[in-house]
Amino acid sequence: MALKGAEIMKMLPKTNCKECGYPTCFAFAMKLATGGANLEDCPHLDPQVRAQLEAAMAPPIKLVTIGAGENALAIGEEEVMFRHEKTFFHESGIAILISDKESESDIEKKLKRIKAFDFERIGQKLKIDLLALCFESGDKGKFEALVKKAYETTNFALILICEDTDVLFSAASLCADRKPLVYPITKDNTSAAIPKLKELGVPAGVKGQSIEALTSVTSELKDAGIEDMLLDPGSKNMLEGIRDQTLIRRAALKKGFRPLGYPTIAFPCFMYQDRFKETLAAAALMIKYAGIVVLSQAEAQFLLPLLVHRFNIYSDPRRPMTVEEKAYEIGNPGENSPVLISTNYALDYFIVSAAIEEANIPAYLCIKDTEGLGVMAAWTSGKFNGEAIAEFFEKYAMADKVKHRKLIIPGVAKKLVAELEEELPGWEIILGPLEGSDIPKFLSEEWKA
Amino acid sequence: MKYEPPLEKISVNIRETVLGQGEKSVKIGGENTLPFHSFEGSLPNSAGLALEVLDTQPENWAPSVLEPFEDVVSDPVKWAKKCVEVYGAEMLCLRLLSTDPMGKDRSPEEAAEITKKVTDAVDVPFIVWGTDMEDKDAQVLMQVARVCSGKNLLLGPVVKGNYEKIAKAALEHGHAVVAQASMDANLTKELNIALCKFFPPEKIVVDPTASALGYGLEYTFSIIEEIKQFGLVDKDKMMQMPILCDFGGDCWRTKEAKESREQGILWEAISGITFLLAGANLLVFRHPESLKLIKEMVI
Ligand code: B12
Ligand code: SF4
Repeated sequence: MALKGAEIMKMLPKTNCKECGYPTCFAFAMKLATGGANLEDCPHLDPQVRAQLEAAMAPPIKLVTIGAGENALAIGEEEVMFRHEKTFFHESGIAILISDKESESDIEKKLKRIKAFDFERIGQKLKIDLLALCFESGDKGKFEALVKKAYETTNFALILICEDTDVLFSAASLCADRKPLVYPITKDNTSAAIPKLKELGVPAGVKGQSIEALTSVTSELKDAGIEDMLLDPGSKNMLEGIRDQTLIRRAALKKGFRPLGYPTIAFPCFMYQDRFKETLAAAALMIKYAGIVVLSQAEAQFLLPLLVHRFNIYSDPRRPMTVEEKAYEIGNPGENSPVLISTNYALDYFIVSAAIEEANIPAYLCIKDTEGLGVMAAWTSGKFNGEAIAEFFEKYAMADKVKHRKLIIPGVAKKLVAELEEELPGWEIILGPLEGSDIPKFLSEEWKA
Repeated sequence: MKYEPPLEKISVNIRETVLGQGEKSVKIGGENTLPFHSFEGSLPNSAGLALEVLDTQPENWAPSVLEPFEDVVSDPVKWAKKCVEVYGAEMLCLRLLSTDPMGKDRSPEEAAEITKKVTDAVDVPFIVWGTDMEDKDAQVLMQVARVCSGKNLLLGPVVKGNYEKIAKAALEHGHAVVAQASMDANLTKELNIALCKFFPPEKIVVDPTASALGYGLEYTFSIIEEIKQFGLVDKDKMMQMPILCDFGGDCWRTKEAKESREQGILWEAISGITFLLAGANLLVFRHPESLKLIKEMVI
């Protein structure tokens, strides 16, 4: 919100009539400034003033939605340049490029692979968001067939890439209710595109040869009442991409420059032939503000690192992800089952519990509240030391749950062994593997009650 | 509305640190702008990219990261030579793993001997790294400083509990140090202030500790980015040292990196590019292919 309460106050009727539900115009203004009230609630606002206020209070980067229903992707409304200042809100979308020049069987294979893609991390699904369908064949029929296929056989949000404006919009009309992004809208086709964009109600991917070139197009679209746009400044490589994306976000956030107040799209798939480089450029541009990155392929070993990266960058740095403190029972453990301990850092819990499940040996997994710190950070700050763990054992009566007296601790926590031997007399402290993922092998080879 | 590029000029520089000696010495830092912002400032030195060499046979390395070194892992001298001659490394990081008191517990004298041999064999600058055991690292790195006098090595990690001893030896024998304070900008600053009472600031590189993609990167990225901004934007002189990120080992330990060669290389390279974007000036890689990728991307 760009406006302060006092500034809004100046534009209100100042009659304190209370019809908005607030005791004074001033109280209403203060509430508006923090986003807690709605302009509509004051019936006495001059419509022109309202429009002015609305424009001034709009987020500096517009929220734009591509696609419809469950798979719609919303990007924009970011508030900071740097993640540590607050957080990044709307994850970059990941799009996979499919050209109508590829053979039918290749397209079939690619779609199948994309649909089968299934990764989970810390209880969340990691997924591809969009298909970017590209007109390269010169054959309108082929392109439309591809668009129809993607529309009918998948639920992904769509991007349509086609230099021929007529073909572009004719394809868009085949899937308009899916709200595809139509690309490129340039200074040369803006006037032809405006009536179609309005008729179909689809978002526009605006392309310029430079940032400056973008602004005239976005202004023209805005004047025509079109506000759902994505920006592509035409960056040719990663370094240009970092520059352009940075300047666009800065102009929008720090200068309040409206013609650039939209989310962006970047095309690593056109920047690099090499797939490693393409993936790296995508990773860099996700940090540096791209709302969507388009990739040329969908192979798991290239996508998984990128998806995990996005998960990291878009997690909230103010709030560690945690799980509940508890003696978790994994697969119906009994009195001879192993006892393991870890922290309530969500990542630790998910890694270790998944490993125990994979081992297929029922077990007690003690999850100590460490306020979301992993093993060694928690040890250093006293939240996962001998004393803290002994308390946990007392509280959850671990000694009553099993007959044996063996506790498996994380392999990195060598320094814990002596502390625990002192705090948990009678228990044998077993140093487990360094990596959570090695627990299955460890349990099946070493565990005896 | 007319578009004016919203450029931001910064009036201070990150300190420039010279590592190694002679023709092959490497300069890092010196920039007066945020990472990759050559459109609004100057970045005189590209980041230093180092490859690891262990003083002892690696254990539990994934086949795809062992493969490039398979023929040399039993000999750190050959290993170092291969890194330079075959993989074109411009810097190396020698890890004195065998000095770990909970492991082989090799003596400082032996460790210094090995370091001397390895650093004599190739002429690129070296980072020489202990085992994160404060007291032992102090003994080992002091001895290394003496035996390798004048080589301008980068010795680390130097922490709150052992900085005086190591830095004094480094000063006396002409080396630089890595000041390590984990994951906390204030602690980084405190350690720098303490060091600067007797040690030249241009011979300090800081290590806020790094980590692998998916395993703590969400924290390390932001803390490093913040430290860089304290130095450049807030002009805090005690935050203007070049930053080291040592993450290759962490990456190759992950389940995901072990799953496939391509995935492992990307795991390391994505972590690397992320740290460069945060503001790292010196990166330590484990796989030559990840290093090469990053090198080609950033020039
Ligand atoms: C990210 C990070 C942080 C984050 C915390 C993130 C979190 N949620 O924990 C923050 C920024 C908050 C942080 C803070 C601190 N940190 Co810190 N941090 C790290 C860093 C870079 C990565 C840690 C990480 O997330 N690893 C990933 C997780 C998943 O690892 P993990 O919990 O160990 O789990 C793995 C295994 O142990 C195993 N596992 C887990 N549970 C179990 C259970 C069993 C039974 C088994 C067998 C295996 C197993 O599976 C997992 C995957 O393999 C490390 C350095 C490094 N590269 O490791 C330093 C590090 C852990 N931190 C350290 C320190 C000192 C601190 C601070 C005390 C510093 C300070 N400023 O005062 C604070 C303490 C916190 C506080 N607020 O008081 C030190 C600890 C030193 C030591 N004693 O060894 C480290 C090692 C850095 C260093 N070299 O100095 N830190
Ligand atoms: S309804 Fe409008 S005029 Fe009346 S008090 Fe509220 S803000 Fe003021």
